[in-house]
Amino acid sequence: MAFQLSGSNLGTRENRLGSITGYVGDLEDLASQSKCGTLTGCSRCFSQSSTCLSGCALGQLGGIRDVAIIHHGPAGCSATASSQYIVTNQVAAKRGVVNSSVYIGTDMDENDTIFGSTDALAEIILEVNRRYHPKAIFVSSSCATGIIGEDIDSVVDEVKEAIPVPVIAVHCEGFKSRIWATGFDISDHAVLSGIVEPPRKKQNTINFKNFYESARNEIIEMFQNFDLEPVFLYANATVEELKHLSEAVATTCICGTLGNYLGNGLEEVYGVPYIRTINPLGITGFETWLREIGRVAGKQPQVERYIEEQRNIYIPQIEAVKKELKGLKAVLGMGPGYTFEVTRVLNELGIEVVWALAWHYDKRYENGEIPPAMSYLLENDINFEASVADQQNFEVMNILNKFRPDLYLSRHPGSTVWAIKQGTPAVYVADEYMIFGYKHTLEFAHAILDTIRNRSFEQNLAKRVKLPYTDWWYQQEVGKFLEEAIS
Amino acid sequence: MAKILDKQRYKCAMSAMQTVQAIERAIPVLHSGPGCAQKLSGSTGSSGYFSPNIYPCTSINERDVVFGGVKKLESTIRHSLEVIDADLYVVLTGCIPEIVGDNTEEVVSGFKEEEKPVIYALTAGFKGNNYKGHEQVIDALTEQYLEPSKIRIKGLVNIWADVPYQDEFWHGNYKELERLVKKLGLTPNIIFGYNRGIENIKKIPAAEFNLLISPWVGLTNMKKMEQKLGIPYLHYPTLPIGAFETSKFLREIGTYAGVPEEKVEAVISEEESSYYYYIERYADLFLETRVMSKQFTVVADAQYALGITKFLVNDLGLFPAKQFVVDDTPREYQEKVRSYFKDLNYIIEAEVSFDTDGFNIHNEIKAHDYHGYPLILGGHWEKEVAKQTNAHFLNVSWPVNERLIMNSYYAGYEGGLKLIEDIYSVAKTRFN
Repeated sequence: MAFQLSGSNLGTRENRLGSITGYVGDLEDLASQSKCGTLTGCSRCFSQSSTCLSGCALGQLGGIRDVAIIHHGPAGCSATASSQYIVTNQVAAKRGVVNSSVYIGTDMDENDTIFGSTDALAEIILEVNRRYHPKAIFVSSSCATGIIGEDIDSVVDEVKEAIPVPVIAVHCEGFKSRIWATGFDISDHAVLSGIVEPPRKKQNTINFKNFYESARNEIIEMFQNFDLEPVFLYANATVEELKHLSEAVATTCICGTLGNYLGNGLEEVYGVPYIRTINPLGITGFETWLREIGRVAGKQPQVERYIEEQRNIYIPQIEAVKKELKGLKAVLGMGPGYTFEVTRVLNELGIEVVWALAWHYDKRYENGEIPPAMSYLLENDINFEASVADQQNFEVMNILNKFRPDLYLSRHPGSTVWAIKQGTPAVYVADEYMIFGYKHTLEFAHAILDTIRNRSFEQNLAKRVKLPYTDWWYQQEVGKFLEEAIS
Repeated sequence: MAKILDKQRYKCAMSAMQTVQAIERAIPVLHSGPGCAQKLSGSTGSSGYFSPNIYPCTSINERDVVFGGVKKLESTIRHSLEVIDADLYVVLTGCIPEIVGDNTEEVVSGFKEEEKPVIYALTAGFKGNNYKGHEQVIDALTEQYLEPSKIRIKGLVNIWADVPYQDEFWHGNYKELERLVKKLGLTPNIIFGYNRGIENIKKIPAAEFNLLISPWVGLTNMKKMEQKLGIPYLHYPTLPIGAFETSKFLREIGTYAGVPEEKVEAVISEEESSYYYYIERYADLFLETRVMSKQFTVVADAQYALGITKFLVNDLGLFPAKQFVVDDTPREYQEKVRSYFKDLNYIIEAEVSFDTDGFNIHNEIKAHDYHGYPLILGGHWEKEVAKQTNAHFLNVSWPVNERLIMNSYYAGYEGGLKLIEDIYSVAKTRFN
């Protein structure tokens, strides 16, 4: 697709990528329907709460160092200011830097919904600039401002003159997409359109899109072998670093859902290659990814040397723990950037995936291809039952109840507890580097082993609690409430 | 009018989903965008029988914005009744349906004949903050579920105090308040927390009186119940922390409820005796911790700013610097709340500022001379200004980060001791 960086708005994932949130079937069917273009997602006549795209968009932008987020809406929209602040501070402290970013709300009230509040918003933006002198200001809309037609673009244009740093409008109406990952694209769009500058000179950097850079040090060390310097995005990144993203050797990402828009945008607009392999999770993923980076950067011999050296250390250890995992059955529920990657790793470890849920599914990525993690599974004849549900917990519980797996793996807050209440051990795959490379694949295998070796906590709890769903629901098919989407 | 919310202390009205969540087996059914529950719930103490990702939600999309979402609301409620095993379904409306004009009342009234009660509260985010949202939910119960009782049970007291989850000590505080009121020979009735739920809601109308322990939150609820259910109320504005206030609290309830004076005094004597046993043992520490100075500031909602100020002045003999009330107390209550801070021992009066702008608050703290290390009790935001002013800092009010509160409490005699433990656990990290 052609990137339109001149406007502040962009299409949702549903519109741009044909993404869906409702489907029940299996992997092969999902892929073949995607390929021939017949896949249409279903909607639900009953659903449970999921996630707001503004959290993804502004959480990403708010992690950039020394910026201001102004979230124009009622106090609930900006309620994450405090959790954003704590995470920002803790990840900055871990790295030994100071991040002075602020997250400001505007406490919109009923009068504002009638008379508008663009004047107040303009004054708030100017005041935030006076108080904190941020390096960039992101001004976001909300459901309420969106519906009443508050024109934040005009407000931003109006105050821009008086503020010496980029002031960027960000459109975060929560109702416009069921796919919170659209928020990642929104943040990338803001960075691409408002901060990134055309390249002046090529650098030996590699743009590394991630969440909280927990494996920062080891990745820096690894890339030293290939004379590459990673720039981690966006947590702790500086606005100055972002200006130069166009000068990098390549862009890569720990999660395809997270980095797809930025990677494709930088490639299309500035010719920075985007690494489009499967992700560096597990053995095959890590090697495939690293080899592609070696190819793009012209460092193939160094990469091969590194792989050989590391294999010698880790593969025997991974093989040893695999013996103990063989035959386990797992269900997993994650964003699609992880679901189809983690299923591959589980397969590598000898664990059988009996059902995989993806919180959404992108029929194709920005480049028009189906996601590489899917292609890999299909090419290797790995198939399993699968569904797409935006964290619809009742569907997860229905599936867990039917399959009674040895293990449930999930990546989103508040999800693992429901599996353990049903007595299923759960692994919370929280950190994006939890399965990265050989070392973390080994740690991941051990985390699984330790989890299933001691099931006391979940057994203790499961014995004593009642589940909130009716028996009737457990007797229904998982897709009971799916219906044809009305577009 | 929109205003700068810098270092935010509250959420929006729809966070009243946490008030519902605090009632066992009651479930919020959200008529809102897909992400409100996730955004408005904290991650502490939310995985109960229900959790935010169980809340049914209409997940309004662009189409519903244009054509209205009542059909979706109807189907969401109908299926909620099939899928989820709850005692009470509380429909909460968010910003979108209230702007586009969905008639929630009409949809909900279609479920009147259901076996389980379905009620609704209008909690659009722009209608006010979560203190107001909490009141909306209680009012909804009164208006739509409760009916006047033919009988009045002598000694049955409904207790209303903390806003659950906004106050992270709500579990423990309610438990302790319940214990104290019970000791007076009364029968406390609380709807929030462990083992209470719908059965206790049903008892509300038969109570002899409502006891509201809060500077302003809940007053409208008390008036509404008085009007509809004929239940009088005793308004005790201060959350009692420590011996001075708790004894005063027990005497006032005793007098109101007609508990014999000897009985009240016996309870007080027993509780104070235990309380001062500990105070005596640790008094040297209070006097001789060289880094503890006298002046303190609380940055919290009216409930905690007042409760803690009274405790630190009347029990521990500290001296109030300026206190900051950050809950956006409605203008009509501000003078009254201000007056409570003037009623302290030795005719001490604490200066109070009603301010929701954390930037100003921090500047005022930095500008004040505490004549020694300041003691700051506040939200997590105050950690930063405490660092800048070399203060002792304790996180007592929302947002609470970097500490875990499960069922501990600051209310009552024992709660006062717990607050002292927490303050001195901070002070003792320094020698001089």
